[in-house]
Amino acid sequence: MELTKLSSLFEVEDLRTQFFTPTGIVKAVDGISYTVDEGETVAIVGESGCGKSVSALSILGLIPEPAGKIAGGSIRFMGTDLLKLSDEEIRRMRGRQFAMIFQEPMTSLNPVLTIGRQIRETLQTHLGLSREQAMQRAEELLGMVGIADAGGRLKQYPHQLSGGMRQRVMIAMALSCEPELIIADEPTTALDVTIQAQILELMKDLTHRFDVALIIITHNLGVVARYADRVNVMYAGKFVEMGTALQIYHGPKHPYTLGLLRSVPRLDHPRSERLIPIVGQPPDLTRLGNGCTYEPRCSFRVSRCAAEFPPMQNIGDGHFSACWQYKEVDQTTRDRS
Amino acid sequence: MNRKYAPAAAATTGSREDPLVEVRELKKYFPLTKGLVFRRTMALIKAVDAVSFSIGKGETVGLVGESGCGKTTTGLCILNLERPTEGAVFYEGVNLSALSQHQLIPWRRRIQVIFQDPYSSLNPRMKVGEIIADPIRVHRLIADARQLRERVADLLNVCGLPVKMAERYPHELSGGQRQRVGIARALSTHPEFIVCDEAVSALDVSIQAQIINLLEDLREEFHLTYLFISHDLSVVRHLCHRIVVMYLGKMMEMAETDALFNSPLHPYTQVLLASIPVPDPEVEAKRDYSRVQGEIPSPINPPGGCVFHPRCPIAVKSCYSQVPSFREIIPGHWAACSEV
Repeated sequence: MELTKLSSLFEVEDLRTQFFTPTGIVKAVDGISYTVDEGETVAIVGESGCGKSVSALSILGLIPEPAGKIAGGSIRFMGTDLLKLSDEEIRRMRGRQFAMIFQEPMTSLNPVLTIGRQIRETLQTHLGLSREQAMQRAEELLGMVGIADAGGRLKQYPHQLSGGMRQRVMIAMALSCEPELIIADEPTTALDVTIQAQILELMKDLTHRFDVALIIITHNLGVVARYADRVNVMYAGKFVEMGTALQIYHGPKHPYTLGLLRSVPRLDHPRSERLIPIVGQPPDLTRLGNGCTYEPRCSFRVSRCAAEFPPMQNIGDGHFSACWQYKEVDQTTRDRS
Repeated sequence: MNRKYAPAAAATTGSREDPLVEVRELKKYFPLTKGLVFRRTMALIKAVDAVSFSIGKGETVGLVGESGCGKTTTGLCILNLERPTEGAVFYEGVNLSALSQHQLIPWRRRIQVIFQDPYSSLNPRMKVGEIIADPIRVHRLIADARQLRERVADLLNVCGLPVKMAERYPHELSGGQRQRVGIARALSTHPEFIVCDEAVSALDVSIQAQIINLLEDLREEFHLTYLFISHDLSVVRHLCHRIVVMYLGKMMEMAETDALFNSPLHPYTQVLLASIPVPDPEVEAKRDYSRVQGEIPSPINPPGGCVFHPRCPIAVKSCYSQVPSFREIIPGHWAACSEV
């Protein structure tokens, strides 16, 4: 397949994750494919319920069974298919070779253990360090993520730290075993905007310094503009557009991407008279037809859209769009600018 | 009247003489207590500390700031859901803070609220139609059952919901639809003034734009006045005529929207504006985030002097000890900073 290159650190191909509910099968992730190269930052952008978080949990092997299961596809990390590994094998890789940063650091840190103990545990388990070595390393890590008085902070519990501070601890833990890949699911959504700016800068700085690849999952188009090398736009379980940040933001080729960009008021634009919202609502994932999932809300739709889901088409220069009408979308963008 | 206490009056056309809402030296302190049997007050959290501004009829004023800055508490005091520790809220010149709960009832009809979370602000056991009709019943606005049904249908219609939605329960609705129900409920009593507390913050961007447009249409149609409380400066800029910036319970800056965004005077406002990401990689690549530093201090133990001094890029020695006065620097543009 043309989407994948041989040299990629991380390759997801045709991943399908489903949940079984009384009202039917929810196709939360419905055939997504993408790659992440070494040291690269890739964003997955989409609104609530589009399946972006489920795609991350699938990579980590954290889909709860039997409520849900990975129904197909492959996730290759440095050549190994993660879906073929046993729970024990994947547990050994999690934290060591790929790590996770969650949205809400208060619920992802253990409230009854000190910060020091939690960072130490990772280091002892995965790297086999002694208690003293691990403690020393933990202190270095906290210093590195910009926490003053690291020694004192190690003895504290998560509730004694501010939200921004807790997210710094999460970053320190994610980096502790020097993984090749970090997956950050809405890492700054729970934070105030001045803290968000600091955390994003820190993540950018550290991922460059350690040459770690980063998958950043977010609903906020602004957040990833500065940080992402490539952006995948997700809607109703599928990717609808993929490209470099510049391609996605300056020349969107899918009506949904265009709609997202137009519906947010922007500080760098004149105060416009009116926002252009996307009409309607996201579809019910248990009742998807054969057509394009975005068709009911789309202003570019033609009769073909309701009948067949458009495949990912290569538009050139690594830019892909799953839209029959991408040329018209492109024309609209050009007319406007 | 002391000029210091009525800063907003000068700012907007139409509100010069008689503001609809006037917040005067509002203070709300929450005691932090210790001990179960003998409760002792250990400290006071100054959630809102001497906040004064006014809102003219037909005007939309934005109240912005990060978590813990007191913007929601200010809103609750204006709604009289919290009683101020000191200071007062005037509505058409009447001191609402001095009225009893019973005396407030007729005012409550005129002042309504839309909350952030459309999940917890609608009663899950009531049908949408009952939720919207409830304030009408409480204020005894319509007695006839058929007329009431018509009014509910009308309100659903105005808020972009199908009339058959009246028979549904909140859990059957999406977030955007629930927020529309919250708006319909707020409109049900023909209010003049609506406090929108993070009214679009919980919504996805595509739905958020729909609700913002709806709020704009309603403002036009029913000549509404809004206090729009939000942490999202892009949305506030889009909707508001004038903006008040708060930090740790205090007012930092107040100006007309364009003045605030084009030439922010207070270093906090500058830092705040400098931290907001823009969905454009070319713009973002050139940005400098290095001025954005430090954490928001705990409101239990706020810094002395100017509350912003620990994070301020231009702080001087006097900022550590002296509280800067909130003064009018350019006509209509107010800031609490000694260095401006």
